[in-house]
Amino acid sequence: MGQNGVMILAIASGKGGTGKTTVAVNMARMLRSGVWLLDCDVEEPNAHLFLKTGSETEEVVSVLVPEVDEALCDGCGECGKFCAYHAIVSFGTTPLVFPEMCHGCGGCTRVCPRKAIREIEKRVGVITTSKSKNITLVQGRLDVGGVIAPPIIRAVKARLRQGQTAILDAPPGTSCPVIATVRGADYVLLVTEPTPFGLHDLTLAVDMVRELKIPFGVVVNRAGIGDDRVQMYCLSEKIPVLAEIPDDRRIAEAYSRGRLIVEALPEYRSLFQNLIDQTISLAKAAEKRMTHADL
Amino acid sequence: MEKGIEFMKIAFSTSGHDLNAPVDTRFGRALKFLICDPETNEYSVIDNTQNLNAAQGAGIQSAETVARSGAKALVTGHCGPKAFRVLSAAGIKVYTVEGLTVAEALDRFRAGTLVEAVSADVEGHW
Repeated sequence: MGQNGVMILAIASGKGGTGKTTVAVNMARMLRSGVWLLDCDVEEPNAHLFLKTGSETEEVVSVLVPEVDEALCDGCGECGKFCAYHAIVSFGTTPLVFPEMCHGCGGCTRVCPRKAIREIEKRVGVITTSKSKNITLVQGRLDVGGVIAPPIIRAVKARLRQGQTAILDAPPGTSCPVIATVRGADYVLLVTEPTPFGLHDLTLAVDMVRELKIPFGVVVNRAGIGDDRVQMYCLSEKIPVLAEIPDDRRIAEAYSRGRLIVEALPEYRSLFQNLIDQTISLAKAAEKRMTHADL
Repeated sequence: MEKGIEFMKIAFSTSGHDLNAPVDTRFGRALKFLICDPETNEYSVIDNTQNLNAAQGAGIQSAETVARSGAKALVTGHCGPKAFRVLSAAGIKVYTVEGLTVAEALDRFRAGTLVEAVSADVEGHW
């Protein structure tokens, strides 16, 4: 985290549909000062539904995938042995390439003793950039039929410039696309709901951020439904619960119309302002602890 | 068996561990592969749990597993496009069956009544 409270905040969750985007867009609007909102849920980006954005610019994202020169290949199979994702497969013949499985590491071109493999660009998706008042929205969108999200997420994050405050809206789960999103963040908010399912997936997400050594806190959404086991869990694990958004039908109605809670229901502005203040102070405190640990 | 023709090993996708188990309808995410020598009825079973849980590329990896087992034919329920490409490249013939045990499918294979698939019969991720 830099000076003046400039920080990169990632919003994640184990379970899907807990309210990551709701928290991300409402926090972004309440920040008032210029903020970048990065929609990293590139399989189904949705932050734009809640923000009236102006004109957008679009850039194509490509990854480098292998192309085999059959005249040079002697079918040794080294490329296939190297590839962890089975994007290139050889049985003593010219290898088969599955570009959609390729993560673009370039390893096959390096291990090929005959220099028979070169890399060509393959389009995997697009990034769109647009503005809505104080928010610059950058969204990644994986092409239909694509299966590998991290290259697009990394491309979205590469749009960030030093010194910019940013909120990253992560995909659900705890797999590669989530890691690609939260890695490098100053603080992570894990959004959950107070149900057994919410708790189960929250524990997976907690394990993930602890492994990545990123300071984090929890936001409980739809508080009032389910039971109190999420709160009990956070208490026993000493995880701060930074906000509880009540299970209010009016919030669901505003959501269904694509409206921000902080605009449709002003009484919730203080809840989100408080969440922002707490997040910044906890992120700062965590940074201090780390700096001290380094000394 | 006719002289001069080398009998080949056959792979079956299955969730069981012997010839009486049903042929699994899945290929890439089948629990196991049973590799059988139709001449002697001897068989071995390869665990496929790792591919069963793979996020992506289960069909490709399973096809590699079958190819490495030395099998030259595969009997399964359904086969997707990526797996079919790898199996074809490895020279493995694919036969699809429905509702048969491994032993019944093996009998039909010997009798020559199984029909060879000429393409994938399902989309990826069915």
